[in-house]
Amino acid sequence: MARAALAGNWVLVHRVVLPAGERAPSAPPETQTVPLEMRVKGFLVDAAASPGDTVTVRTLSGRHVAGRLVAVNPPIPPTFGSPVPELLDIGPELRRRVGGGRKEERP
Amino acid sequence: MSDSAAYGAVMARRAEILRRSTGIDYESFRRGRFAFDYESMMSSTGYSLDEARRIQAEVNVGSTPLLELRNLTGLVRSMARPGHGARLLVKDEAANPSGSFKARRSALSVHEAWRRGYPGVIAATSGNYGAAVASQAAARNLPCVIVQEVFDSRGVGQPEILEKTRACEAYGAEVIQLTVGPELFYVQLALLEETGYFNASLYTPFSVSGIETLGYEVAQDCRRVAGKDPDLVVITHAGGGNVTGTARGLRQAGCDRTLVVGASVDLKGLHMASDRDFNRKSFTTGHTGFGVPFATWPDRADVLFNAARPLRYLDRYYTVTQGEVFYVTEALAQLEGLERGPAGNTSLAVAVALARDLPAEAVVVVQETEYTGAGKHSTAQLTFARENGVEVRRGDPAESKPGQVIVIPERPEQIQAQASPLDELRRSYLRHAWQVSGGDLGQADRDFFPADLGASPEFVEKTLAALDAGGK
Repeated sequence: MARAALAGNWVLVHRVVLPAGERAPSAPPETQTVPLEMRVKGFLVDAAASPGDTVTVRTLSGRHVAGRLVAVNPPIPPTFGSPVPELLDIGPELRRRVGGGRKEERP
Repeated sequence: MSDSAAYGAVMARRAEILRRSTGIDYESFRRGRFAFDYESMMSSTGYSLDEARRIQAEVNVGSTPLLELRNLTGLVRSMARPGHGARLLVKDEAANPSGSFKARRSALSVHEAWRRGYPGVIAATSGNYGAAVASQAAARNLPCVIVQEVFDSRGVGQPEILEKTRACEAYGAEVIQLTVGPELFYVQLALLEETGYFNASLYTPFSVSGIETLGYEVAQDCRRVAGKDPDLVVITHAGGGNVTGTARGLRQAGCDRTLVVGASVDLKGLHMASDRDFNRKSFTTGHTGFGVPFATWPDRADVLFNAARPLRYLDRYYTVTQGEVFYVTEALAQLEGLERGPAGNTSLAVAVALARDLPAEAVVVVQETEYTGAGKHSTAQLTFARENGVEVRRGDPAESKPGQVIVIPERPEQIQAQASPLDELRRSYLRHAWQVSGGDLGQADRDFFPADLGASPEFVEKTLAALDAGGK
């Protein structure tokens, strides 16, 4: 359940920079048919707002940017993903190959 | 949108915006339609090696350790003929403040912005350079905006770029996250106009001279560690700055016999500005999608004359597959205890392949590592690849298909560097110049091309004559 945002909250806003059809001539066809969109985070300037509202934020560089409110305190998305079985065997395989030399070098 | 902010209107003001936002009068270096005085541009607007070293030291950039890869060298020798298998050294550039060699580039750009009194800095980049500019701007207390290409039209973000968003914000920068397309520079230009900030482009003389210190340190470190100049320096190649700056630094250190080797991940067939292909690649830089176009036409950049001119400096150029880079990334962690990359390990994959056929006395320097983290890590990239319908399996990397199949080698012997003939890139450059000019190339351009291509005048004349004769 999305919660309302209050002035000063850290929020994510979205806006269309170039609509489909007004994109750079050099964009490939599948890119021409979709808009150029922008997302930016900042501190909400408006007193209060709900997702979907057009709001203004003050970004980390101090600029004021208008956009549609998407999320309040948005999560930080990148993760390490899941373990990859195809990678898990590589270490043991390589250690077996160089392992003999290591033991002989021990004092 | 107001008319003055439309794509065509902003792009038409490009030259003036660039002049103001870089402080460089690029036109003053022009000698022909394409020709410009490269060395004058570098010496009159860039920083000397001594200045660069001093400024970088002030902000804790550079002087990274050159590490001996003993176990990887042992692995290479276990695959080599008797008396073969070169010694592998790596410059641990991850030790820079923002975790990559890009700190060297940003240090001089941000210093220039600071010295000239610009109110802030802007860079359009989805890679480590954004974090580097944000980090240096933080060190000089300048506001910073980074413009990134992050999402496809479904709103799905490339994990490596999402990590860069996080890093830039951690350094206090505003990050504009865009969807895929060639309009990154358009948005950057509009922002430069709006803010009056400095354009910390990857492609100014400031940025490229910042990398000369890396080439210089590689030479000095290698002489100390190995008692000789490097035989090969392997450099991950994308936009061309890494190759150009490193090679210029090696030359200034007097490494006349060192071969400069470029390395890119082969992403042939994937269009970099395609909404569909965008999230079907596991490497957001260091790949042929940048490496080839920036070699064959450097001035496609966000400045008028690109200071990164890789064909001037490359002696060899090789490609490897994504799977091979993931394999050596794992090997670097498991055999050397160095968890780095993966994208920055492209040059390591090529180095492992080439070292096998070199004499044991030879020294191969891999000139960078980069930090790893959530989103960038191999596990993150391969998880994302699977989610986007890319098959991941072990086998012969020769069977890999960019955007469809990532094949992780079963044995280190399967790591092979594919030679990419530089003459083909040189011909492609000349074909482009010939086409853009409508076949009407002036003498100044014809005189400029041999140096810009690292080719003989005869090669250039012969190629242009064939284009004249063929009419295409």
